[in-house]
Amino acid sequence: MADAQAVEDRIAVASNWKLVWWRFRKHHLAVFSAFILACFYLVVVCPDFFSTQNPEQTDARQAFVPLQPLHLFDENGWNPWVPAIVGKRNPVTLRMEWTPDPTKKVPVSFFAPGPVYRVFGLFPTNIHLIAAATPGQRIFLLGSDRLGRDQWSRIMHGTQTSMTVGLVAVTLSVIFGVVLGGISGYAGGTADQVIQRLIELLQSVPTIPIWLALSAALPRDWTPIQVFFAITVILSLIGWTTLGREVRGRFLALREEDFVLAARLAGCSRMRIILRHMVPTFLSHIIATSSLAIPVMIINETSLSFLGLGIRPPAISWGVLLQEAQNIQTLALAPWLLTPGIVVIVAVLAFNLVGDGLRDASDPYSH
Amino acid sequence: MSETPAPLLDVRGLRKYFPIVKGMFRRKAGAVRAVDDVSFTVNEGETLGLVGESGCGKTTVSRCILRAIDPTAGQVLYRTRVGEIVDLAPMSRRDLAPLRQEIQMIFQDPFGSLNPRMTLLDNVGEPLLVNGVRSRVQRMDRVAELLRLVGLRPEFMHRFPHAFSGGQRQRIGIARALATNPRLVVADEPVSALDVSVQAQVLNLLLELQKSLRLTFIFVAHDLSVVRHISDRVAVMYVGQLVELAPTAAVFERPQHPYTAALMRAVPVPDPRVRNDDGILRGEVPSPAAPPSGCYFHPRCRFAEDQCRQEAPLLRETSPGHFARCHFAGHLELGPG
Amino acid sequence: MNAPPLLRVRDLHVSFKMDEGTVRAVDGLSFDLFPGQVLGIVGESGCGKSVTMKAVLQLIEPPGRISKGEILYQRDSGAIDLTRLPPKGAAMRALRGAEIALIPQEPMAAFSPVHTVGDQIVEAIMLHGAAGSRREARAQTIGLFRDVGISMPEQRIDAYSWQLSGGLRQRAMIAMALSCHPRLLIADEPTTAIDVTTQAQILALLRELQAKYGTSIIFITHDLGVIAQMADHVVVMYLGRVMEEGTVDDIFHAPKHPYTQALLRSMPNMHGETRTALPIISGALPHPFNRPPGCPFHPRCPDAMADRCATRVPMPVETEPGHIVSCFLHHDEAEPA
Repeated sequence: MADAQAVEDRIAVASNWKLVWWRFRKHHLAVFSAFILACFYLVVVCPDFFSTQNPEQTDARQAFVPLQPLHLFDENGWNPWVPAIVGKRNPVTLRMEWTPDPTKKVPVSFFAPGPVYRVFGLFPTNIHLIAAATPGQRIFLLGSDRLGRDQWSRIMHGTQTSMTVGLVAVTLSVIFGVVLGGISGYAGGTADQVIQRLIELLQSVPTIPIWLALSAALPRDWTPIQVFFAITVILSLIGWTTLGREVRGRFLALREEDFVLAARLAGCSRMRIILRHMVPTFLSHIIATSSLAIPVMIINETSLSFLGLGIRPPAISWGVLLQEAQNIQTLALAPWLLTPGIVVIVAVLAFNLVGDGLRDASDPYSH
Repeated sequence: MSETPAPLLDVRGLRKYFPIVKGMFRRKAGAVRAVDDVSFTVNEGETLGLVGESGCGKTTVSRCILRAIDPTAGQVLYRTRVGEIVDLAPMSRRDLAPLRQEIQMIFQDPFGSLNPRMTLLDNVGEPLLVNGVRSRVQRMDRVAELLRLVGLRPEFMHRFPHAFSGGQRQRIGIARALATNPRLVVADEPVSALDVSVQAQVLNLLLELQKSLRLTFIFVAHDLSVVRHISDRVAVMYVGQLVELAPTAAVFERPQHPYTAALMRAVPVPDPRVRNDDGILRGEVPSPAAPPSGCYFHPRCRFAEDQCRQEAPLLRETSPGHFARCHFAGHLELGPG
Repeated sequence: MNAPPLLRVRDLHVSFKMDEGTVRAVDGLSFDLFPGQVLGIVGESGCGKSVTMKAVLQLIEPPGRISKGEILYQRDSGAIDLTRLPPKGAAMRALRGAEIALIPQEPMAAFSPVHTVGDQIVEAIMLHGAAGSRREARAQTIGLFRDVGISMPEQRIDAYSWQLSGGLRQRAMIAMALSCHPRLLIADEPTTAIDVTTQAQILALLRELQAKYGTSIIFITHDLGVIAQMADHVVVMYLGRVMEEGTVDDIFHAPKHPYTQALLRSMPNMHGETRTALPIISGALPHPFNRPPGCPFHPRCPDAMADRCATRVPMPVETEPGHIVSCFLHHDEAEPA
């Protein structure tokens, strides 16, 4: 009985966020996915640290090198290594053919020096998570592409771009959605009419063509960074509508709630009612909805870039990487070029699972 | 009682019409007369019960007094703490703000009326905060006092509403209503969502608080036995109009309007030895968008005559303090409920 | 009563397994329902009355389950135990709606908004093979509408549920429930959502139909007034257990259990003194995860005895013919630990 009392007391003083967290914790799959996403965002913070080499470094002699899977142990115990690969030019096709050399191992080490880079573009360092033990030796954990660039390192940098696009685009959509949806729902009247018609207009336009048109309109001479931001803004300009509708609906419903009326009768100002009573009530829900919107944004960016209309080389994103895998002949020769696709799938799945978990947990007072 | 002071609240000719809009251009196609020419007074320290079936306008009346909605016409004259008489009906939001402290509300739904994301301290203390009590310590003291007043432990103030049962939440709602020392409290069905065993506790609490704090109540309810128990005077509403208004005992023992009598007979008596289907009201409550001609009650009234079908009766005083809206008030054999 | 009971519930246990713990919603419930009898089950929220109804209809959904006990339903061919029938199986489906019908609290939710009320009743009649053709079923439906007092049945049969008023909708629901001539009717708070004058009409109608067809009715409500008006026999429940059971006259005029006595006292009525403190039941319903040991009512009981009520669970014992009470004031038999 004392235990039951303690549990009750703990629940009694638990805030909304605590209750959400307790409920979210019960979705094991969602918690696991959240962990995966955390790993992804670690990569976003500093992709160079996770790379084994400079993603732009080309070497025509090392094109289409196959995978060099990482081994942590050999017959003597802990001793990380990757198999060495030797190339021989096929005299008939004149193509390099790579085969693993079972007699040779390339030793690798963790937190080892490699190419120099700058953390956050500020602090120069050369420490990498994985690097070949011999300085200058190139290793290809996920193979190389047609220009001999390291696929693993390119995926790390692509992750930074693609995940950031998703996050920033959704953040912008949330801002648009909450502000415009909020005005629409709380003010009503003409503002509501105008915003609702705008949403309907935006939703009735087929998205792919409008993206195509907008991104085709971007000046060719923009730097990759400029294009990157332009793409993000384009994605969010179209993406806010669903959220805007949802926020409006919530406002309309909440206006009728007794506790909102109680606040009005207590003499609260309009601003206080919105910020203290209404927004917190649907905030957790908005977060859940946005976490479900991020994967859509990621897919959108990937599709655009895959079509050559989004982020363009030399910038690297998952879509840009997949563009390399467009050619079926190349794919037959180097199937590892599809690995960015797997990364996209994992990221999107993880986002969806977390979003579902959050959505279920977001209203702890529902039962 | 040598000199009768002005009533605390004097509602005169209150009307609230909700427009019925039709078509694309939102043309006004008519109006629902939710409240249609309602007048009554409430004296300081008394409880006025406002009863009627759903759609009779009792809730709309209470919301108009609280200015949660804006009345279409009429006056809501309120005597403030300093003795000034003001009309609440046309007041702007800004002018109303200081008066909000004096007029408060208790809600029906104990689960919807507290913000689930705020602790008791923040829920109950909010009226204090927005009315200028900036110091958290002061608020805590006052909230502790209020919680004690409604029979809850002050330590509970750091808990969230989800930790409490329906009856306890209703006490919390009462504490919040009392936070600013109001004079007039509008209670909208405050016990109808509660279990029988808890209902009595809350009714007792309200009676006690009224006595110790000299509160004036407008008690809106559909349950006649509850209204009878708590009210000094009772106003009965039907299709947006007041049909009878009198001291409680008079309404229940000598009803003057056939609707009041039928309403009382419809209450199931908690005694199996009294089973009686006589005088059950036929038909249903008409819609306030299309009320019948003449007396709104005539299609269901067993005493209806031609006059009732053609001529709308006025609310008139049939005996001192007893008002009824019936052509034959005082001349019908209605008997006690 | 010489005929065997139509329904015998024996030691029924229904539990809900949640993350926070197990809720014993019904905890060892037994009662008999005889043919032609109206059995009232009364209790406050959380007493298990609605769960009992769902158990009889086999409508308990996970995480709830019937963990123990029998529900014996008497057919001409002998008794069958409903708890052993697969809830979604053909046998249970054939019983539900045909032999055992339900009148729910909210008829709005029970009717589909996209089919006319008449079509849904015709469908039910056809499904249970109570008519040869749709034309015949339609004629039966019109007859039923007339039986339940729906005016203009030929027109109303083609109405959608949302076009009907609350009272008419509940009448249509009763017509639907009666469409297959059930032997057992379960009414789950059928008048809670409707106004008092309409409630009086519906109760009178149910009594009239019961007298006409001799249907057995289980009438579930929290309203003691309604129970007094409707039931022959009453079961008073608290936290999933029977506190007292007896004829309606015994329950209202000679209640033995302190809970029943307190409930009856705490109700404001139409004749007692007004504006005085009502006798109350102290405390609140315990949280479902936090059931008190011993007699479930002992923490709130004015007559609780320190030596036994908190430790042993009193059994329901027939202390007088037809009058069962679970209280150590009247006997000393406890449930085996």
